Amino acid sequence: MLRWIVWRDLILAWRRRSDILSTVFFFVIVVSLFPLGIGPETQLLRSIAPGVVWVAALLASMLSLGRLFANDYQDGTLEQLLLTPQPLFLVVLGKVLAHWIIAELPLVLIAPLVGVQFDLSKQTLWVLFVSLLLGTPILSLIGSVGAGLTLGLRGGGVLISILILPLYVPALIFGAGAVEATIIGVTPAPNLYLLGAFAVVSLLFAPWAASAALRISLE
Amino acid sequence: MKLYKYASPAMFYPVAGKMIPWFAIPAALLFAVGLYVGFFVAPTDFQQGDAYRIMFIHVPAAWMGMFLYVLMAIYAGIGWAFNARLSSMMASAIAVTGAMFTLLSLVTGAFWGKPTWGTWWAWDARMTSTLILLFLYAGFIALQAAIDDPRRADRAGAVLAIVGVINVPIIYFSVQWWNTLHQGATIRLLGKPSIAAPMLTALLIMLAACWLYSVAIVLVRLRCIILEREQNASRLAEVNA
Amino acid sequence: MRGDRRLFRGLDLSLSPGTYVQLTGPNGSGKTSLLRILCRLLEPAEGEIRWEGANIRSLGEDYFTAVTYLGHRPGVKDELSALENLTIANAVNGVEVDTENASGALQTMGLAGRERLPARFLSEGQRRRVALARLLVSNTRLWLLDEVLTSLDKRAVGLVRSLIEEHLNRGGIAIVATHQELELSAGVTKRLELTT
Repeated sequence: MLRWIVWRDLILAWRRRSDILSTVFFFVIVVSLFPLGIGPETQLLRSIAPGVVWVAALLASMLSLGRLFANDYQDGTLEQLLLTPQPLFLVVLGKVLAHWIIAELPLVLIAPLVGVQFDLSKQTLWVLFVSLLLGTPILSLIGSVGAGLTLGLRGGGVLISILILPLYVPALIFGAGAVEATIIGVTPAPNLYLLGAFAVVSLLFAPWAASAALRISLE
Repeated sequence: MKLYKYASPAMFYPVAGKMIPWFAIPAALLFAVGLYVGFFVAPTDFQQGDAYRIMFIHVPAAWMGMFLYVLMAIYAGIGWAFNARLSSMMASAIAVTGAMFTLLSLVTGAFWGKPTWGTWWAWDARMTSTLILLFLYAGFIALQAAIDDPRRADRAGAVLAIVGVINVPIIYFSVQWWNTLHQGATIRLLGKPSIAAPMLTALLIMLAACWLYSVAIVLVRLRCIILEREQNASRLAEVNA
Repeated sequence: MRGDRRLFRGLDLSLSPGTYVQLTGPNGSGKTSLLRILCRLLEPAEGEIRWEGANIRSLGEDYFTAVTYLGHRPGVKDELSALENLTIANAVNGVEVDTENASGALQTMGLAGRERLPARFLSEGQRRRVALARLLVSNTRLWLLDEVLTSLDKRAVGLVRSLIEEHLNRGGIAIVATHQELELSAGVTKRLELTT
C-alpha cells in the first residue's frame, strides 16, 4: 500500500512535471544570483558556495512543500488517504518519500553542476552531493510537519517558511559544514555523521508529528 | 475534586484575577531591590567597568526565554493530550511573554556587546541560538494567529511546540558546533569574570522578579484569552438559541 | 462541536445490518460533522461509537476496512483518468482491482467511453460518478455518503438508489446525508433529523 501511495504521487508529479522543473530552476537561479550580487572573485565565491547552495536548497523546498498535502486536500483525496486501513504515519512516510524523489532528488543531482560555478574542486563537489543526499530527506521530513500544520490556512506559503526554516538549522549547519570542511582540507566525516544522525531523528519523529498535524488540520 | 473545578476557564477567570496582585506586587518590589543592589551595591567589574551591569537584566531574560519555551510546550502538550482548554490557553499566554524575554535578552546582549566587544552583534553561539529561539516563538505565535478555530489553533500549536522542544537541544548543539568550527569569528569573554557576592545576589533577585512578573502577566493575558473565547462561544450560543 | 459551538447532543442510535439512515437537517446542523465523527475524521467531544461492539477508537486502522466515506468533495484527481482514479484509490486502500472490473464499474456508472479521459475533462456530475464507482468495487459494510446526490441527474440518482438497495440486501449499512428522498424498496429506512 505504501508503494501505491509513492507510485500515485509520482504519476501525479509526472503529469505536472512543470512544477518539478520550476523548483529546479528556482534553485539554479537563486544560486546563480549570488555571484552577481557579490562579485566574481573566485576565492570569495569558493568560501560562500556551501552556504549558498544549501540555503538555496532550503528555500527551494519551501516552494514544493506547500503542495505536499494542499492539492490532495483541495480535491478531497487527502480525506480518503486518512481513511485507508493502514497507520497514518505510513501514508505520510509514503508521501514524504515521493516528495523527496520529486522535489529534492533533482536538486541533489543538479547541485554539483551548480557548484562548478563556484569553482569547487572535484572532491568538494562530491562531498556537496553526498551532504545533500543525506540532508534533503530531513527537509522533506520536517517540512511535512509544517505542510500538515498550515494546511488550508491563508498565507500558508509564508507561514510554512516561518515555522520550518528555524527547525532546519541543524541540517544547514552540518550539511554546509561538511562541504566547508572539505574546502579547507579537513575531513567532512564528523559533519556527515551528525547530518545522518539528525536525519534518523527526523525519520523517527517527523512522520508521527505530521500525522498528528494532518488529523488536526482535517478536523 | 475541588481542584479540578478550577480547570474550567470560566471558573478560573475570577481566581486568576485574585492571584494577579499576589505576583505583580512582589515582582515590582523585587525589581526595585534587584536593580538597587545591581546598580549601587554590586562593585564595578575591574575588566568591563560598569557595562557589565546590564547582565542583571540580560541573563535572567535569556534564562526566562528558554524556560518559558519549555513550559509553553508542556502546557500545550497537556492541553492537547487531555483536551484541557485552560492548559492550551496558558500556552498561548506564555508564548508572547517568552518571545518578549528572548527579544529583551538579544537587545540587552547587543547593548553589552557594543562597549565590550566593540560590535552590536557577534555571531556568538549563545546569541545565535537565542536568535533562533526567537524565530521558534515567532513560528508558534504566527501559526496560532493564522488559525481561526481555537481548538485547531491549540492543537496545531501543541504539535509545533513539541517538535520545537525536541529540536531545541539539537539546534543548540549544532550552533555550538558551528561556532567552534569557525574559531576566527568567535569573540570570547576576557577571562572568567569572578562573580562577587552582591552580583550573584542581585542576579538571583532579578531572576525571581522576572519569574513573578511572568506569572502575573501571563495570568493577565490568560484572562484576556478566556474573555475573548468565551465571548465568542456565548455569542454563537445566542445566535443558535 | 464546531469551534466552541455544540452541534448536537443526546444522540443514541444503534443500527443493524440492512439499515438505511437518511440524515436530514438544515445547513449547519451538523450532518457532515456526524458523518465525519462516524469515520473518525473528527473526534466526538463526548460519547463513543461502537462497531460490532468495539469502540472504533480501539479498532484502529482495521475499522477502515469496513467503511467507505464519500465526502462533499469527490476525491477525484484531475490529473488521473477515471480508470486510474478508481484503481489507484482502491490500491491505496489495499484492495487491488483489475482494469476489467474497474472499467465495468465505470460503465455501470454511465461513464463508458470516458474511462481513459483525464478527470479534469469530466463534468462535476461525472466526477461524482467516478467517486461513486468506488462503491461498486469495494466490499465495505458501512457506507457514509455526504450529499452525494448533488449535481447528479435523475438516471444517476436511480443508479445510486439501486446501489444502496443491493448494499442493504447484502447486509450493509448506509448512512446518507441528503435532502432528496430516496424511496428504497429494500432494507429498513430510518430518518434522523438534526436541528440547530
